[in-house]
Amino acid sequence: MNIPNTPRITDDLVAAHGLKPEEYQRILDLIGREPTFTELGIFSAMWNEHCSYKSSKKWLRTLPTEGPQVIQGPGENAGVVDIGDGQCVVFKMESHNHPSYIEPYQGAATGVGGILRDVFTMGARPIAAMNALRFGSPDHPKTRHLVAGVVAGIGGYGNSFGVPTVGGELNFDPRYNGNCLVNAFAAGLARTDAIFYSKAEGVGLPVVYLGAKTGRDGVGGATMASAEFDADIDEKRPTVQVGDPFTEKCLLEACLELMATGAVIAIQDMGAAGLTCSAVEMGAKGDLGIELDLDKVPVREERMSAYEMMLSESQERMLMVLRPEKETEAEAIFRKWGLDFAIVGRTTDDRRFRVLHQGEEMANLPIKELGDEAPEYDRPWVAPAAPAALDPSSIPETDIADALLKLVGSPDLSSRRWVWEQYDTLIQGNSLQIPGGDAGVVRVEGHPTKALAFSSDVNPRYCEADPYEGGKQAVAECWRNLTATGAEPLAATDNLNFGSPERPEIMGQFVRAIEGVGEACRTLGFPIVSGNVSLYNETLGEPILPTPTIAGVGLIPDWSRMARIGFAAEGEVILLAGAPEDWGTHLGQSAYLRDVHGRAEGPPPPVDLAHEKQVGDFVRGLIRTGMATAVHDCSDGGLAVAVAEMAIASGIGARIHPNGGNSAAVFFGEDQSRYVFTCTRQDVDKVLEKAREADVSLFVIGETGGSELKLGKAHAISVEDIKNTHEGWFPRYMQG
Amino acid sequence: MKSAVIQLPGLNRDRDMIAALKKVSGNAPALVWQTETELPDVDLIVIPGGFSYGDYLRCGAIAARMPVMKAVAEKAAQGVMVMGVCNGFQILLECGLLPGALMRNASLRFVCREVKLQVANANTAFTRGYAPNQIIRCPVAHHDGNYFAEPETLKRIEGEGQVVFRYAQGTNPNGSINDIAGIVNTGGNVLGLMPHPENLIEAAHGGTDGRALFESALSKVA
Repeated sequence: MNIPNTPRITDDLVAAHGLKPEEYQRILDLIGREPTFTELGIFSAMWNEHCSYKSSKKWLRTLPTEGPQVIQGPGENAGVVDIGDGQCVVFKMESHNHPSYIEPYQGAATGVGGILRDVFTMGARPIAAMNALRFGSPDHPKTRHLVAGVVAGIGGYGNSFGVPTVGGELNFDPRYNGNCLVNAFAAGLARTDAIFYSKAEGVGLPVVYLGAKTGRDGVGGATMASAEFDADIDEKRPTVQVGDPFTEKCLLEACLELMATGAVIAIQDMGAAGLTCSAVEMGAKGDLGIELDLDKVPVREERMSAYEMMLSESQERMLMVLRPEKETEAEAIFRKWGLDFAIVGRTTDDRRFRVLHQGEEMANLPIKELGDEAPEYDRPWVAPAAPAALDPSSIPETDIADALLKLVGSPDLSSRRWVWEQYDTLIQGNSLQIPGGDAGVVRVEGHPTKALAFSSDVNPRYCEADPYEGGKQAVAECWRNLTATGAEPLAATDNLNFGSPERPEIMGQFVRAIEGVGEACRTLGFPIVSGNVSLYNETLGEPILPTPTIAGVGLIPDWSRMARIGFAAEGEVILLAGAPEDWGTHLGQSAYLRDVHGRAEGPPPPVDLAHEKQVGDFVRGLIRTGMATAVHDCSDGGLAVAVAEMAIASGIGARIHPNGGNSAAVFFGEDQSRYVFTCTRQDVDKVLEKAREADVSLFVIGETGGSELKLGKAHAISVEDIKNTHEGWFPRYMQG
Repeated sequence: MKSAVIQLPGLNRDRDMIAALKKVSGNAPALVWQTETELPDVDLIVIPGGFSYGDYLRCGAIAARMPVMKAVAEKAAQGVMVMGVCNGFQILLECGLLPGALMRNASLRFVCREVKLQVANANTAFTRGYAPNQIIRCPVAHHDGNYFAEPETLKRIEGEGQVVFRYAQGTNPNGSINDIAGIVNTGGNVLGLMPHPENLIEAAHGGTDGRALFESALSKVA
């Protein structure tokens, strides 16, 4: 394949670049002439949805992004949050949905590579990764292949790079049959006085190309990611990039070594739209121009045209503005790590983006309009209809114990061990909690007691029924999971996955979900510091479930006072905090209703955010006194599943004594803001007293002990059986 | 006791290993880059885990041909203790310092989990901190840990007590022949093992079963 530089600009060519006629007209008005083919490619790369956020910007602005702990909010490679002692955590989540559906291993691998690069570009050493995955129905013919490929790709990249994968989610729903979701999160640790930004400063300074060579892989990838799929998607395989984690690991070490020398003025990784996007962002942010000489770009294929070089998405590359006097030192570091180092351009004072190739000027464009002044839309939207109320009497009685076994062994609630055992969860030697609990926890290297907690959450079922409540719930659940370890939630990153914004009903989901996310973040003091929007997630007109993934970070001041989900000992008291008088009431959109009765109905459980905060603050405080010996939040599957997971994690049984009813709602209701925890018999009065002081509802619901789980009047089930059922589904499914 | 850690591009458990050596011995190990042709005067040389050269070609194959490995082989011949963990084990096999080969896991998948190890030979400089046949906990994290040796070689290393660690209690994670997890050379001064004792040496790791290996190798126990 070779794309020449000289095709004539036609309407079809413009459309093939994903540009609407009015956007093309805007280009003509802006430059006063017909663009060259390379220029058309550059506009297409910068103005597509993926890079420009043109449909979402208006709404993203409404999210709370500030707080005393926030050092850098959205707009950089990643968000930066202060964790005290001169240290900060740098993190972001980003989607790689479309590439992963087309080529699961490489799509997922390069998703991980991209997010790791975003983090270490800012001077942070990556210390934790997570991923949020959504696949189609388990019985869809493509699902097994996608799960196997995506999981292997995430492991293949993250393990080799050397970052522990400490958390994540994986769910199935037929609405992802034609469009899986792969959202990759990474966090790194940096010193607050050594954070690196992408804003170029200074005129006439060298622009340096670092890392791997440029090939034709991924040409047009960002444009592909900004369109819905049709029946010919398999033809898009060549637009998926190929990852090389070995080079990325070398690039990490070389970058950190170089940053320590003080040579770096500005740095930007080459992600979507590669050389184009990184150069334009650096220049536009610094109000400078950039001139690139493509003859100097290290290439690994012959006769590449300017168009191809500017749109290549070859991985493991960086662009940097360097202090000229440090050039020799910088080059030596990159040579040591076997990486390319080439001066490919310079900064200028004219705010133009100029691209030279074989003595010809291939592009000469105004850099601001390409970058931070790209088009923006206020797309029409319609508010989603409120779901009809659920008639509780319409739900037939079920055996509670049988229903529990069914739920813990269901595709969505069964153990993900098959998945996370393919990830290196222990590398770096700092992992305090690996997947399987409420949040992953990693201690802060160099500090005797501090640790960071990470959790990623969203319930797309809730969001589909009510995007506003679903958006709120995603934030609240993330905040709750962090709290359940004893962490103070600091900030979050959002990965907003939706269908086509050109459809008012999808845009309505998007708008309402953001309103919910924003409301929850404001009330909980949990700002959004970075994020990513992925639209056009639909195939042949069928959109995915609205999926605003929220990944949060929390700080544990002393990890010796951290909570885990497994029961600590026999003979302890089990308590339920934050629950209504009947413990559980809400079955609308619950896992129980769907997986036991085959019905997805009713409104999702509403979240009372003030209550959420009050209960969470109480539980966190209790963990820090050391009196809460095990803690778990109630989420999918309600109280029964929460208690079962605590039993599975410890091998210790439990008896639960409902004070009134034995109904399904008590055990499987998904009422929000609830935590199950344990304490010793001698502490129980003190704990109840503390709850009264905090005005938080707290019920003694049972005790730990034995090898069986007994829920009220239901027949006892051995913990061994629950565990085998819980662990069994995934490996059995993957074996086919 | 002084130690050195070999550094090669793509190794990624070097920081874990450096931390473990420092915590157990109180001294930071010397760091030796792949292009060095001479090693400092140390008592223990460690090749840590990771993906040297991306595991491209074959795990450890490219690393084994770097200049520093010639220097390691010379030191090993002089009786200096050498320990290779995970990718380090693969490199020692590729160098010919240990017999056998490591194939892809029987599951064909990467596996990271805790296993049980039996100390099959507690009479080596690396394992004397353990009781004979002691069962210890230890994590593994690898894609290619399925140990294999020709029948004759296997018979010899089994007969000579060169198998020092075995996966125990049905926890073999990779299909290794005879549940072999770690072996020494005939001189007993070169150890290769797939599991990661460096990730189980302090309370934060949830256990300290890996510590005695470092204490033995660093002569912290008699």
